[in-house]
Amino acid sequence: MVAASATAALAAVPSAAGAAPAGTDKPVLAKVGFTVNGERRELELDTRTSLLDAVREHLHLTGAKKGCDHGQCGACTMIVDGRRINSCLTLAVMHQDASVMTIEGLGKPGDLHPMQAAFVKHDGYQCGFCTPGQICSSVAVIAEIKSGIPSHVSADLNGTYEVTDAEIRERMSGNICRCGAYSNIVEAITEVAGKQA
Amino acid sequence: MKFDTPAGTNPIDRLKVVGKATDRIDGPFKTTGTAPYANDWHDPQAKLAYGVVVGATIAKGRIASMDLGAAKAAPGVVAIVTADNAGKLGKGKLNTAKLLGGPEIEHYHQAVAVVVAETFEQARAAAALVKVKYTATEGAFDLASVKDGAKDPGDVQGSPSSSSVGDFAGAFASAPVKLDESYETPDHAHAMMEPHASVASWDGDKVTVWTSNQMIAWGTRDLALTLDVPQEKVRMVSPFIGGGFGGKLFLRSEALLAALGARAAGRAVKVALTRPQMFNNTTHRPATLQRIRIGATPDGKITAIGHESWSGDLPEGGPEAAVLQTRLLYAAPNRMTALRLVVLDLPEGNAMRAPGEAPGLMALEVAMDEMAEKLGIDPVRFREINDTQVDPEKPERAFSQRSLVACLRQGAERFGWDKRGKPGQVRDGRWLVGMGMASAFRNNMVLKSAARVRLDGKGMVIVETDMTDIGNGSYTIIGQTAAEMMGVTLDKVIVRLGDSDFPVSSGSGGQFGANSSTSGVYAACMKLREAVAGKLGFNSADAVFEDGQVRSGNRNVPLAQAATGGDIVAEDAIEFGDLDKTHQQSTFGGHFVEVGVDVATAEIRVRRMLAVCASGRILNPKSARSQVIGGMTMGVGAALMEELAVDTKRGYFVNHDLAGYEVPVHADIPHQEVIFLDEVDPMSSPMKAKGVGELGICGVGAAVANAVYNATGLRVRDYPITLDKLLNRMPDAA
Repeated sequence: MVAASATAALAAVPSAAGAAPAGTDKPVLAKVGFTVNGERRELELDTRTSLLDAVREHLHLTGAKKGCDHGQCGACTMIVDGRRINSCLTLAVMHQDASVMTIEGLGKPGDLHPMQAAFVKHDGYQCGFCTPGQICSSVAVIAEIKSGIPSHVSADLNGTYEVTDAEIRERMSGNICRCGAYSNIVEAITEVAGKQA
Repeated sequence: MKFDTPAGTNPIDRLKVVGKATDRIDGPFKTTGTAPYANDWHDPQAKLAYGVVVGATIAKGRIASMDLGAAKAAPGVVAIVTADNAGKLGKGKLNTAKLLGGPEIEHYHQAVAVVVAETFEQARAAAALVKVKYTATEGAFDLASVKDGAKDPGDVQGSPSSSSVGDFAGAFASAPVKLDESYETPDHAHAMMEPHASVASWDGDKVTVWTSNQMIAWGTRDLALTLDVPQEKVRMVSPFIGGGFGGKLFLRSEALLAALGARAAGRAVKVALTRPQMFNNTTHRPATLQRIRIGATPDGKITAIGHESWSGDLPEGGPEAAVLQTRLLYAAPNRMTALRLVVLDLPEGNAMRAPGEAPGLMALEVAMDEMAEKLGIDPVRFREINDTQVDPEKPERAFSQRSLVACLRQGAERFGWDKRGKPGQVRDGRWLVGMGMASAFRNNMVLKSAARVRLDGKGMVIVETDMTDIGNGSYTIIGQTAAEMMGVTLDKVIVRLGDSDFPVSSGSGGQFGANSSTSGVYAACMKLREAVAGKLGFNSADAVFEDGQVRSGNRNVPLAQAATGGDIVAEDAIEFGDLDKTHQQSTFGGHFVEVGVDVATAEIRVRRMLAVCASGRILNPKSARSQVIGGMTMGVGAALMEELAVDTKRGYFVNHDLAGYEVPVHADIPHQEVIFLDEVDPMSSPMKAKGVGELGICGVGAAVANAVYNATGLRVRDYPITLDKLLNRMPDAA
């Protein structure tokens, strides 16, 4: 209900006219290099390739999910140069020399990041499909609050902010969970934020 | 194993592992991005091709011509499959419309082609070059305008579409207090986070499809029927499913088109529906128009209750069974229900979480609230007065368990229901505050379910069944069941799900999965226990499986020792007798909701939510609670925002993405509380459990609606309750 993400036109894709290049054009390829979870990666990509598809289809890091492919669901959330973004809404070639963090970079089974462990403990998921995006967003949200970035529910644009339920709910509203684990996710984030304070 | 007499004491009753609020065993994979969903699959040895689906842009008619020239010539294109070149195709038993349309078009965004190319970007660009000319014909798209031509749909879910007891018309006419109201629920989308996605690969005449499907055996059967190949030539693998809610009960177009695309391309092909295709290409919960009549005596006894519902579907489709709960929920000597169906040429209607009860209770439980007010009786008390312990249509048939009143009383006390004010009278700053409640009701279905269990020489127990985990916690509760049965800790159990090479389970749907599939694992484990006891020279009736040991008398042997000479494998199924016919098996609950409505803008915010549930034994309170809060969340969506907007001229759902079709987000949902009554139901299964996955959504929408009424004094009978339906009627903001 809260439009926290960018929206896209209600076009009948992919048959919408004008979405494609002329039929005989060869794809334009470009080289791009960035680090993913600390590892330098060099790719030569069709310039139309989103960061999400570059990571999923070319690097086979499939933790980030394609839930809508146009910035409405948050399942593809990655942390790029310290900020969370919808990786489906950005082209890979725009990220030369960027530092990309995906869910795989946060922790692994047996060596979970505190936020991953808190999601397990509080059952902050059900089907698990939105979970990588929720967790990447959660980690970034705590950092945003601590670094003094205000949100729609912040009373003062120049204040300092606490990790309250209202701040968490507002800032996490770009990550949809259709299974409805919100109440548990807020508990997981609150616990991690409390431990870090 | 046949389950035809009520369960006695059995190894599950020890509750050393079952019944514990255990973290999900798949949690570390889901939280690290290492759980493999359909579209995550790739073959490191071979390059995938990508398929993009082209959907029809008319609702009804025929393809006049297709020009594939530009698309075929586009860079990277490997193959294009249409109905023209797909070969002979059948139709799945559970599909109403064809999954690959043409030349006839049955609904908007029905697939008409899949374009396969070397890369996703190339396939997407080429798909946009497919030119289709259509000859559109007139269709029916507006339920209200064709309602009067509705037909009796015949049997629905095994019972007649109309029911009648006593003299409803006479009793209603003479009732001292009467309610006769109409309610509307709109079309709803499952909108699960994972789009329908499949990767298909052929090996000779055999196809393997990595897919996202709640019901593996239905899926393989229907894909085989559609491809016109024997079922043993189809394998489906679906270990993780990114949400289904009924939308993935059936074979859908992307799986068929991946298989056809892969055959044409001669290599593995990945196909996912785009988010905007999902709303019109796949199924949805049909809209309903409902009429409810209740007659009662001044002291609150219902003398007559009638519930009718109209809905639409494609030809050969079925109705939304919105009246079924009304046949069972409240006592009354005179009763009638009727389901009526019209043909609509909208996309295919089908099951979505708690089909029938979800929209049915959205109407019935508002009607009960309205009637309570007319009578001047508290809504909780009104429901208590009309409780029944037997099937009201067949009084000789008792409920196996029925704790509705206990749920309502406990909920009222916990929620502070006695502090509820009069409609429109409670203010908290800029908010008008109100409380609402509703009964929750959903039947407990049981389905045959099989599993295979293996004990290896290290003492590990490996469970294999084609059961699916759609977020319902199947991995964990199946692991808990096997651990309990074999007397080992949960870390000694490996659970493998969602593969058609495994024994056929109940699958996930209709809240039958948890109880049925764990009962299947129970049956297989009983066989394994016998085999283990035999191997160790124990009498299986005396052997106790505990702490990783098998004990009989004063002899104690490590479980693993039974398998030192080789793995021991046992397979069995649970098959249910007629206990669900001799007794009515249902699940019950009470929903309590507090909302605030902004006095100036009529913005509605949910402030508090509580559900009290009686669902038999709760196998894992942690994952079961999540199922309930998930249902409550979806119910808030149904109450306040979810509506597929129908273009009644062009015949499609206009708001076909997640910006237009609004679902609840974090900011919409408060802390949610769930209480489970301590209950076991030996009539249900050896697990003594019942379904709980859909109970959470049942009634909650009405509880929200009733809270909005209590806050504002304004009754809205057409969902969703959006602020525009309140704004010009709001009480003075003074």
